[in-house]
Amino acid sequence: MIELVAVGRRYGDRIAVEDVSLQVAPGELVALVGASGSGKTTTLKMVNRLIEPTTGIVRVAGRDVSGVSGPALRRGIGYCFQQIGLFPHLSVAENVGVVPSLLGWDATRIRRRVADLLSWLELPAELGPRAPAELSGGQQQRVGIARALAGEPDVLLMDEPFGALDPITRETLQQRFQEIRRELGITTLFVTHDMVEALRLADRIAVLDHGRLVQIDAPQRLLRAPATDVVVQLLATPRRQAAALEPLLAGRA
Amino acid sequence: MREWLVDLPAYSAAHLQLSLWALALAAGVSMPLGIWASRRPRLAPTVLGTAGALQTIPSLALLAFMVPLLATIGGWSARVWGIEIAAIGRGPALLALTLYGTLPILQNTVTGLAGVDPAVREAATAMGMTDRQRLWRVEFPLALPVMVAGLRTAAVWVVGTATLATAVGAPSLGHFIFSGLQTRNYATVSVGCFAAGALAIVLERTIRLVERGLARRRRGSLLGGLAALAGLALLAAVPFGSDRSGGGEAPIVIGAKNFTEQYVLAEILAGWIDREAPGASTQVLASLGSTVLFDALRADEVDVYVDYTGTLWTTVLNRRGPNPPREAMLAELRAALREQYGIEVAAALGFENAYALAMRAASARELGITRVAELARVAPQLELGTDYEFLARPEWRALTASYGLSFRATRSMDPSLMYQALARGQVDVISAFSSDGRIAALDLVVLREERGVIPPYDAVVLVGPRLARERPEILEALRRLEGTIDADAMRRLNGLVDQAGSSPRAVAREWLAD
Repeated sequence: MIELVAVGRRYGDRIAVEDVSLQVAPGELVALVGASGSGKTTTLKMVNRLIEPTTGIVRVAGRDVSGVSGPALRRGIGYCFQQIGLFPHLSVAENVGVVPSLLGWDATRIRRRVADLLSWLELPAELGPRAPAELSGGQQQRVGIARALAGEPDVLLMDEPFGALDPITRETLQQRFQEIRRELGITTLFVTHDMVEALRLADRIAVLDHGRLVQIDAPQRLLRAPATDVVVQLLATPRRQAAALEPLLAGRA
Repeated sequence: MREWLVDLPAYSAAHLQLSLWALALAAGVSMPLGIWASRRPRLAPTVLGTAGALQTIPSLALLAFMVPLLATIGGWSARVWGIEIAAIGRGPALLALTLYGTLPILQNTVTGLAGVDPAVREAATAMGMTDRQRLWRVEFPLALPVMVAGLRTAAVWVVGTATLATAVGAPSLGHFIFSGLQTRNYATVSVGCFAAGALAIVLERTIRLVERGLARRRRGSLLGGLAALAGLALLAAVPFGSDRSGGGEAPIVIGAKNFTEQYVLAEILAGWIDREAPGASTQVLASLGSTVLFDALRADEVDVYVDYTGTLWTTVLNRRGPNPPREAMLAELRAALREQYGIEVAAALGFENAYALAMRAASARELGITRVAELARVAPQLELGTDYEFLARPEWRALTASYGLSFRATRSMDPSLMYQALARGQVDVISAFSSDGRIAALDLVVLREERGVIPPYDAVVLVGPRLARERPEILEALRRLEGTIDADAMRRLNGLVDQAGSSPRAVAREWLAD
């Protein structure tokens, strides 16, 4: 569904991403992980042309994205990021309905779609006419996800969408998101620096280091056969945390 | 006082109208310019810098500068397209005020657009908005309250500055301030200031309402503000009729320079035309600059006003050297003005208002001075106070050349303050006007000038080319003013305004009744 072929991005002499090739199958969730500056976000933004690649080809649903106009491309791809970026002058319902209205849907269809999304994301319908500023952080990100899904996209790009939420809210929302995604069969590319999140949500994990793809594998395989030291280090943290928790959970404290 | 207040609604409406037009034009220019500039980050500082530089030009100078500018443009456009552009009146005022109101709106447009949260901007792009959609659906509405705040600042500036529009012939509340200052009627000055202040506050509050409505998405407050703004615009458009007698024809415009005698004479001319030529409507355009007025007469924007032979001799005909006697100068002027400009000298009123050097009677006695020739000896110990133009006029050059006058210091000031300054001993000699009522009232003496270097300044009624051509009955009526006001009469009339605090119109009415 998403295909990157030898994709690279340079800024002058600086290489942000180099020679990344990967494919995301229909309905699959691939997590992009790596240290800060490893090129995760740049890779993600090259899929919907928020950033133009300097080399390589990006295909979405088999089409080379460089041949599609940016706005038209992006209307067919859901996008959701940590800062959320809700439009403060629009109501919650208007925020969710932005992409459908850009796609030229009629008012009734938009209203129905917005109502469905609010209920899928467990947002009470009475929040619809409210301003985003009146919502809690967790509610705002639910609106952000609803907005990303509103145009019925086949592909969803997420950039640390749960990064700014408290642990409990994060876990509930991860859970709910996973259910919706599976139900709708949406192909997802998901940037995170939280290894535990990647292990929980992803079908496969792609590890980036200094702009290069070092390994892409299912979570179990990654844990069993890390390709490089970088992967080992990334996995070390969740392992250590799990090890530390084990005795506590066993009731020996 | 009541005499003045009658005109308050009309002048307030004119003031509001001028301000609203200027604001609308300023917003119409600077919002698109601001949007354009903020899409080109390299140009934004240049655009803001230019607007900022315009702002630093003193507003009165900016206004005055628009007159010759428009005259040039007007002359050009009349030649090329046959379109006449008025060089005085609302045109230059509107242009200058628009330029003046541009900066705050421009600044806030750029600031407002730059202040949009980058995350919101990114979301807009990522949702598939085109640049244009992002601008109109997201950036513009988010920046709008900031832009409207700029409009609010501009409103206060423009309403304040619009008082100066009087000097270029656009009716505004400045009329009360200018004429009040000249006639030392401080109640009138206060009325003008208070009315302009009130207008600024009302406008500011109204725009604030719109701004709040936009910022907090409150439809009630937005609609209320917009309705109030529309109401103000409507109010400004109501014709309060500053011309006194109706009539379908365009009113005869009577001009006046910015001092008491001119206000009184303009009212006398208006009353005279009303009485002698019934059915003609008149309108007084007061407080114009001296040269602005002659240009306006030549261009038929002003139809009648009183000027002085010596002034016309030197500044219009550009004559230098020895001055001919009174009668000869008048005859020559009459012929030259008719021939060169089609302007008619309808009447010589019968008095002179010459530049004259005046001193306190007591100090003149003490120094033993009665003549200009005797002044040269003591001048290096004395200070000279003048109006704004005297030191740049040929009379001054002629005086210094002929008598070798050299003062310890010279100070230019408003003519209304000059006499006070002399009476209080802050200066020792002033460039007085010989018909001024304050010469007697403040116990001043005029020094005799025997070499004739100061030309005669007979007050003459000038009639513009169109009126002279098309309304001979008016010209005839004005000819009957010949010799009707002598120097004593004029001093008395001036004194009634300057000392007794009557309004020029009341004084004029009294004279007409005699």
